[in-house]
Amino acid sequence: MPVTIALPSVLSRLADGNRAVPATGETVGEAVADLTRRFPSLSTRLVDDAGEPYPFVTYYLNDEDIRFAGGFGARVRDGDELTIVSAVAGG
Amino acid sequence: MIDAPTTSAPSVRPPPTLEREELLRYGRHLLLPEVGINGQRKLKAARVLIVGAGGLGSPAALYLAAAGVGTIGLVDFDVVEVTNLQRQLLHGTRDIGRPKLDSARDRLSDTNPNVRLELHPVRLTAANALTIIGQYDLVLDGTDNFVTRYLVNDACVLLGKPNVYGSIFRFDGQASVFATTDGPCYRCLYPEPPPPGLVPSCAEGGVLGVLPGLVGTIQATEAVKLILGIGKPLVGRLLLVDALDTQFRAVTVHRDPACPACGTRELQGLVDYEQFCATGGGASAGLDAVPQIEPRDLAIRRASGESIQLIDVREPHEWEITRIEGARLIPLHRLETALPTIDRTTPVAVYCKAGTRSALAVRDLLDAGFRQVWSVTGGIVRWSREVDAAVAEY
Repeated sequence: MPVTIALPSVLSRLADGNRAVPATGETVGEAVADLTRRFPSLSTRLVDDAGEPYPFVTYYLNDEDIRFAGGFGARVRDGDELTIVSAVAGG
Repeated sequence: MIDAPTTSAPSVRPPPTLEREELLRYGRHLLLPEVGINGQRKLKAARVLIVGAGGLGSPAALYLAAAGVGTIGLVDFDVVEVTNLQRQLLHGTRDIGRPKLDSARDRLSDTNPNVRLELHPVRLTAANALTIIGQYDLVLDGTDNFVTRYLVNDACVLLGKPNVYGSIFRFDGQASVFATTDGPCYRCLYPEPPPPGLVPSCAEGGVLGVLPGLVGTIQATEAVKLILGIGKPLVGRLLLVDALDTQFRAVTVHRDPACPACGTRELQGLVDYEQFCATGGGASAGLDAVPQIEPRDLAIRRASGESIQLIDVREPHEWEITRIEGARLIPLHRLETALPTIDRTTPVAVYCKAGTRSALAVRDLLDAGFRQVWSVTGGIVRWSREVDAAVAEY
């Protein structure tokens, strides 16, 4: 399924400056894997060594936190938007 | 006084009366039926603690003082530096070198002399957080590091004080209201912090100067709403501010039943937050252990004719600002592809702005089999201060 992954500015520079990147997959995990295949530098910023989401990066599938909706196994639909929010501490 | 249904710290202080001058000063508030005389008296009775008198704390404190919040506490132990002035509006050029709380007091007392200012010139720690935060109705988190953010969160949860959260980086801002009676807390959103070095600070990665103005005023707005008990506060929602594309959107933050702070409540007291934020694996584990070289030592060895490759892992736009002569630019995220072009038989010294990115690069080089590799301690900032003043500091 084609989805759009929205990246915060802190991560977009690792995706050639793109803030919104199209990706494909049947699940959130597959879409993220598709993203990191094309932009390998993003991999260590998005998933841990086991390929699971970090506790300091939150994934929103159409505004819902995937941790409460099946995690990386959550199924995506055509046109879904996956928003990645990374913890930042600046003040 | 806070009487919003979502808060758990209702004040028992009787609302004070308003003086004649205050009726005039707050006239535009009094015209709003949602505020009125009673609301303005609530604001006057309220006690708000702002942690950090920096980018977020500046606009928040100015607006809360102007709005007539009766007591504002400020926690900060820093002095004003020239690099603060691009965004920290509480302080001016004449304040450089002064404690931030001194310039904050001057500015805020001019904005509204009716406000009682309580200054806490200390670092907020596990030893003092409950005592300080316990004196206030709500907290506004304007800190600049994960250690203090988790500390503020846990103290607010333990004390039942709403935590009006904001954070910024580059062009992105986040805001929410945590630790209310029914809402989630910061740990529900981010159960663990990133390992040190993975997420750069604003000092390393930059921040648009007006962004804390946007986010800090949102925090002030939420604080005022909580005090007045009006509107729909950002409880259970995370506001994402994209200053580059000018987009505001809110996503849902669920209260996590497994959260040790507000879910299971297994967190009965404050912990060692330095340790909590120093652990963890991921991309920057073990950074403390990478070989380092002092800027002066590197300069002496280069001057003596020793052959050392000098690699700058900053971004091209930083290279344009200033650089160390003889260095080669390889931005950190390009390092892997550039590995075949780096001489493995010659020692390598890597620098960045302040030493974090270079430590990541050195660890990657060691993993790739390089043997004599160092991270230049303190980066080009310390090189500028200790070796070559002609190299500009930024």
